[in-house]
Amino acid sequence: MTSKQIERRFNVLKTAVAILLSLGFALLVITFVSNEPVKAITAFIVGPFQKASRMSNIVEVMTPLLFTGTAICIMYQANQFSMIGEGAFLIGANLCTWVSITLQSMAGLPLLLICFVVAIMAGVASAMVPAILKVKFRANEVVSSIMMNYVLLKLSDYFFYYHFRDVPSGQQASYPIPTQIKLPKLIPGLRLHAGVLIGLAVCVVAYLFIYKTKWGYQVRMTGANINFAKYSGISVLGVALSTQLIGGAIAGLGGAVEILGRYDRFIWFGTQPGFGFDGVLVGVLAKNNPLLVPVAALFLAYMRTGADVMNRVSDVPIEFVDVVQGLIILFVAAEMFMAKYKHKLIVNNAKKQLEAKEAAN
Amino acid sequence: MPEEILLMDKITKVYPNGFVANKDVTFSINKGEIHALMGENGAGKSTLMKILFGIEPFEEGRIVLKGKEVRFSGPLDAIANGVGMVHQHFMLVPSLTVAENVVLGMEPKKGGMFDFEEAVRITQEACDKYNLKVDPRAKVEDLPVGNKQKVEIIKALVRGAEILILDEPTAVLTPQETAELFVELKHLKEQGHTLVFISHKLNEIKELCDRITILRLGKSVGKANIADVTEQDISRMMVGRDVVLKVDKTPAKPEETVLKVRDLKIVADSGKPIVNDISFSVRKGEILGMAGVEGNGQSQISEAITGLLGYQHGTISVNGVDLKGKKIREIRELGVSHISEDRNTYGAALISSVKDNILSDRYYKKEYNKGLLMDDKKINEMTDELIKEFLIKCDDRDDQVKMLSGGNVQKVVVAREFSNNPTLVIANQPTRGIDVGATEFIRKRLVELRDQGVAVLLISADLNEVLELSDSIIVMNEGKIAAYLEDASQITDMILGEYMLGVQTQTPEEIARVAYD
Repeated sequence: MTSKQIERRFNVLKTAVAILLSLGFALLVITFVSNEPVKAITAFIVGPFQKASRMSNIVEVMTPLLFTGTAICIMYQANQFSMIGEGAFLIGANLCTWVSITLQSMAGLPLLLICFVVAIMAGVASAMVPAILKVKFRANEVVSSIMMNYVLLKLSDYFFYYHFRDVPSGQQASYPIPTQIKLPKLIPGLRLHAGVLIGLAVCVVAYLFIYKTKWGYQVRMTGANINFAKYSGISVLGVALSTQLIGGAIAGLGGAVEILGRYDRFIWFGTQPGFGFDGVLVGVLAKNNPLLVPVAALFLAYMRTGADVMNRVSDVPIEFVDVVQGLIILFVAAEMFMAKYKHKLIVNNAKKQLEAKEAAN
Repeated sequence: MPEEILLMDKITKVYPNGFVANKDVTFSINKGEIHALMGENGAGKSTLMKILFGIEPFEEGRIVLKGKEVRFSGPLDAIANGVGMVHQHFMLVPSLTVAENVVLGMEPKKGGMFDFEEAVRITQEACDKYNLKVDPRAKVEDLPVGNKQKVEIIKALVRGAEILILDEPTAVLTPQETAELFVELKHLKEQGHTLVFISHKLNEIKELCDRITILRLGKSVGKANIADVTEQDISRMMVGRDVVLKVDKTPAKPEETVLKVRDLKIVADSGKPIVNDISFSVRKGEILGMAGVEGNGQSQISEAITGLLGYQHGTISVNGVDLKGKKIREIRELGVSHISEDRNTYGAALISSVKDNILSDRYYKKEYNKGLLMDDKKINEMTDELIKEFLIKCDDRDDQVKMLSGGNVQKVVVAREFSNNPTLVIANQPTRGIDVGATEFIRKRLVELRDQGVAVLLISADLNEVLELSDSIIVMNEGKIAAYLEDASQITDMILGEYMLGVQTQTPEEIARVAYD
């Protein structure tokens, strides 16, 4: 076995152990805080599979994460740590809603396409701000994108309150989104919508882009060693700019898909809905590989659904899932987690190889 | 009866990438001797010393220092136990004075404040005692390399080092500075210090050391009194065969000028001129060597030519095309190849595969793309061919470059830079820190390229390399050309050394001869 193979196997093992450990810890917490721990744990683990509607719910929860997770993958591959996914997703959904309401007379496929384009453009425009600040003025994109997210939140609130809030209906929601452009349901009787297909397509295209095209090659090299990329003649500033814009575009599209797939009205205001930040979690779990994004997103969605079920049938609150999430991130992101074990594996293997070589000589 | 001061017994070290750097290495030194540690690059010398100095942990074995088993948790621990180390790359703060560097971390205080005068006194005392001449009040950045090294040695001695490890101390020195260092080291020995001297220059070891330990491929293969062995014996033990580092080459047949540098001036951010008005040319079919102590503007010249660094004044042209304002890719498209002196920063992306590293200057070209996607089949073919041609030792093209040895990383760089039909090769320290086999290979390829009509600018701090490969030589000193030596075969390293140190300088007229059209 080569050290390369050990490394690869170890990474899978490490992620698995991280997930199991955090789940184990979660179960431990449940047994302490709950009066009916067995019921709560059952609801959490098995609950999501007990009804078709819950399984449909898993996929629904997963769908937006496919977009924001992929956006993170592309940006992180180039070492561009923009958090703009959050704001881009929100403003994409917001403008998509507004346009659909304004132009509802035309309805149908053309309007749907216009909505998508508007959301994508909104995402690009949002990402442009931290991206240009980075390229022109070397401003750290982590900080400026997070700040930009607040600007976008307030902008979204403004559009909502002043332009398309359904005041007469008396609820805190927009006018209804025209039903003709809502994404079709995939299975009759379930809420599962076609957005998941778009999301999976985005993952595949992003994978091809990163690993199979010359543009993706530039992205990977810039991320692997920016000095090397520069020395080789790659325009690293161009890569920094374009990956952030692509990330914004994908997140913006995600916002449109989410709103058109799951909601009748736009209802996000006041606080950030959090899809962009969840995308970071998904991207980290997927090791920046878009092909692993569906797996990571599915896992997260399963946990969310489980927590939701548990919340309804037992006395454990839904926030509990955030604790588990935090633990997973901690274990997966911790480089040195299980490093001693890995080193032992490698040492033993290297010794064996050396002996084999000597025996052969 | 010599007294054993240090024993490293059956040390085994495996790096996280699975590389076995040391396998059952036993290394023993006696009090008051100068002990040479020899071996090719990659033989495990540096690793062994890093283990001794507490920088790297080890898997098996034990270290016995003055009869007591020890295991240092880090360099501080090692220093506290009387082991000091002078690294190849100096660990000094350039903007501080010599005295401040010497007492760094153990500053004398007076009334809670740093007592500079006391620091000067401590430093001066050490200078006098060990006969090392440095001005304690001088700023380190203003010192020549040889003196920086003395500061490192003083630093270790002031901290109470009885055993002093010197990692290739002569690699950066001129022959004259080396001679001076040897006098000082012998003086240290007389005062009862024990020295470990790492080098791969046989003549130096013969001259300076008492005993020798030789490593090969991570194992100790020999131990002897220097007086009992010949240079040939040592070299045979080191590489397992007789080393022939002679490159056969015919006299150059230079043709028209390819690279033309005129009145080039590069000023650092601090306002200090680094390259000061230099002009030279490199012709098709010749190797122009650029010798000089490192830090005399050579790196900046290579970076200016290849587009990595801007310049304030002057022109650089390749085959008549002015490079001013050109992007790096445009310069590469003119046929300029660049072996960077720092392969880990510029030459390669260590976490990427061999394939991706070879691809970096050609990935966008039509021949490697099919529609929107890259043509994997063609790329794989090209990569495999180069791996074979350049004898890159790896499991396959998907191996991460960081898993390879230094020599093989450099071969990856060279495979890329030599296979893109270059018209001009800027080779900056092309064989630094790599094993003899790879060195020999790369040198041969450089001469082959020359014979095929490529213009080569060879920048090297290794005088043997410059003398061996170059057809003509320019010597750099303080950002200027100190000499143009038209026929490299007539030059000795002593002559080069004098120009490098600025002891001698040619007249402007003599130097201007290298700026032909």
